Amino acid sequence: MDIFGIPLQAFLGQLLLGLVNGAFYALLSLGLAVIFGLLGIVNFAHGALYMLGAFAAWIMLDKFGINYWYALVLAPLTVGVLGVVIERVFLKHLYKLDPLYGLLLTFGLSLIAEGLFREMYGVSGQNYSVPELLSGATNLGFMVLPNYRAWVVLVSLVVCLGTWYMIERTRLGAYLRAGTENAQLVQAFGINVPMMVMLTYGAGAALAALAGVLAAPIIQVNPLMGSNLIIVVFAVVVIGGMGSILGSVITGLGLGLIEGLTRVFYPEASNIVVFVVMVIVLMIRPAGLFGKEA
Amino acid sequence: MKLKTLIAAMAIGLTGAAYAQQNTGPVKIGFITDMSGLYGDIDGPAGGEMVRWAAQDFGGKVLGRPIEVLTADHQNKADVASSKAREWIDKDGLSMLIGGTQSATAIAMSKVMAEKKRPFIAIGGGSARLTNEDCSAYTVHYAYDTVALANVAGSALVKAGNKSWFFVTTDYAFGHSLEADASRVVKANGGSVVGAVRAPLNASDFSSFLLQAQASKAQILAFANAGGDTINAMKAAKEFGVTKTMKVVGLLVFINDVHSLGLANTEGLQLADSWYWNQDDASRKFSNRFFAKYKRMPSSIQAADYSATTTYLKAVEAAGTVDGDKVMSTMKSMKIDDFYNKGQIRADGRMIHDMYLYEVKSVKESTTPWDYYKTIAKIPGDQAFTSVADSKCALLKK
Repeated sequence: MDIFGIPLQAFLGQLLLGLVNGAFYALLSLGLAVIFGLLGIVNFAHGALYMLGAFAAWIMLDKFGINYWYALVLAPLTVGVLGVVIERVFLKHLYKLDPLYGLLLTFGLSLIAEGLFREMYGVSGQNYSVPELLSGATNLGFMVLPNYRAWVVLVSLVVCLGTWYMIERTRLGAYLRAGTENAQLVQAFGINVPMMVMLTYGAGAALAALAGVLAAPIIQVNPLMGSNLIIVVFAVVVIGGMGSILGSVITGLGLGLIEGLTRVFYPEASNIVVFVVMVIVLMIRPAGLFGKEA
Repeated sequence: MKLKTLIAAMAIGLTGAAYAQQNTGPVKIGFITDMSGLYGDIDGPAGGEMVRWAAQDFGGKVLGRPIEVLTADHQNKADVASSKAREWIDKDGLSMLIGGTQSATAIAMSKVMAEKKRPFIAIGGGSARLTNEDCSAYTVHYAYDTVALANVAGSALVKAGNKSWFFVTTDYAFGHSLEADASRVVKANGGSVVGAVRAPLNASDFSSFLLQAQASKAQILAFANAGGDTINAMKAAKEFGVTKTMKVVGLLVFINDVHSLGLANTEGLQLADSWYWNQDDASRKFSNRFFAKYKRMPSSIQAADYSATTTYLKAVEAAGTVDGDKVMSTMKSMKIDDFYNKGQIRADGRMIHDMYLYEVKSVKESTTPWDYYKTIAKIPGDQAFTSVADSKCALLKK
């Protein structure tokens, strides 16, 4: 059985690979959406935070012998703390200003981070091996799927759904959402809003770093890895609707699939198909697929 | 008053012109490359330092004049490269320019240097156009080129029985010409190209393209890409087990890429290059000096940066002048023989020297740090590079 001239088995394989990439888009755009939704900051440093997560994992292994499983927790924590520092030192002064300032500041920070790591480690990148437990591949009948890729999809889905549940279904999440609607009123109820906002940015940074750690064994740990990805992730957030958490997750996975199929049918266009979708979506629904019309 | 100002202005203008042409100031050598982007490790600042080393080792002086080395970053932009070259010639009286990585910038600089009639030595840029369609009387192409890479990797592998090929090609001029050159070689030797997929530049995920390659059932998977793209493609090939069913060839792989990936990801990979640090005593001596400073081994490009600078300085000494035409004809008449390579520069500017097919050692075979390659074949220069009959360069036909 063929689908558009591609054997069904190969087709299924490509769909699955698209899902793996979609998992990364989902994880990264989730952090962006949370930060934009709650802080109103367009976080251009997200790509750099992703790169820092991957480098943190690599440095932990290379310099301190800390293995992948610990790095999976420690690297996001480290970058999360850095996120908190960034919020305290820089971002908190910008909330009252035009969102453009936040965008410029975070863009500048990401250029600095990239420049520093390029100076220290060069551009060829560092190799991070797949952890022993997840090395090898499983034959699914229609394709051979490396176990590590399956693990990435699993972790990403669990984290995305967990984050969505926490924000939409728990009391803490309710405070967060209320805080973005009317910070003063929430503060009047005795809730420490600045603390909440600070932790939110830290959590967003940690999510980006987690994606970085997950990516480290798949692609080369390289100072430029974030800037290669960030523009696509922004497109995902715009398509999903700025600030919509579930929207960004679904859009991330969906665009991964679309991109995967483009790689089969017209590979030359695979790096722009996301933007074509973005243009179409913006023409039909300016607020994005899952965004609320202002 | 007006007349006085005019005379003063003219006097200043005259001294400026006289200064640019004087034969007593320093001899200036320029080096423009990608200092900070994706090719920064294979050439970059260390490449500039090699030009300086060559000048120092030459005695720091030529024709009794001190040698000065200028370096700049072209950021992989052709217009930045050509305007810098122009500025150095017009303002600093540059005598010779060495072009680093990235072919588009090399072609742009070669045009400026031809217009100004001063020698240009292209090293890092690989496009064979530099001495073919775009050849100039002032261009030397010193290290490798896309035709040589294709000939070396292609003919050796097809002759060894690897008849069917599949290409994963980076989707811009460099990738297209590398794929075209290699396909031609494969077919000429009785092989066939069963498919090719064009991957966008900086496509961080190659798994989809690799699955298509695997489905083609070809014997050889050839990467017509470079730098980070090759690295990520290689890594995914290992992860998806493609390396078990297909033989993987990197058409442009540098030792920095192999080091970065690690031997576990690259063992068995075959690649073409013009030089390897561990090939003989002279190379090891040069490389150990490089290692002492940079804690890594030099790429073939960095070795060629040093060698080309020395060749130029020798030619200036022999010609007794920095005049572009005279130095070019001296360079083309010289026999080049140093740690980098042995060869001669042909009339079209192509330096004809031996090329090598290497195979990456396995983890077990590698005994010392950076002990990565074993030589599979040595291909004589006249078989590696574009033949006189195939060339479209007018300088050769005459």
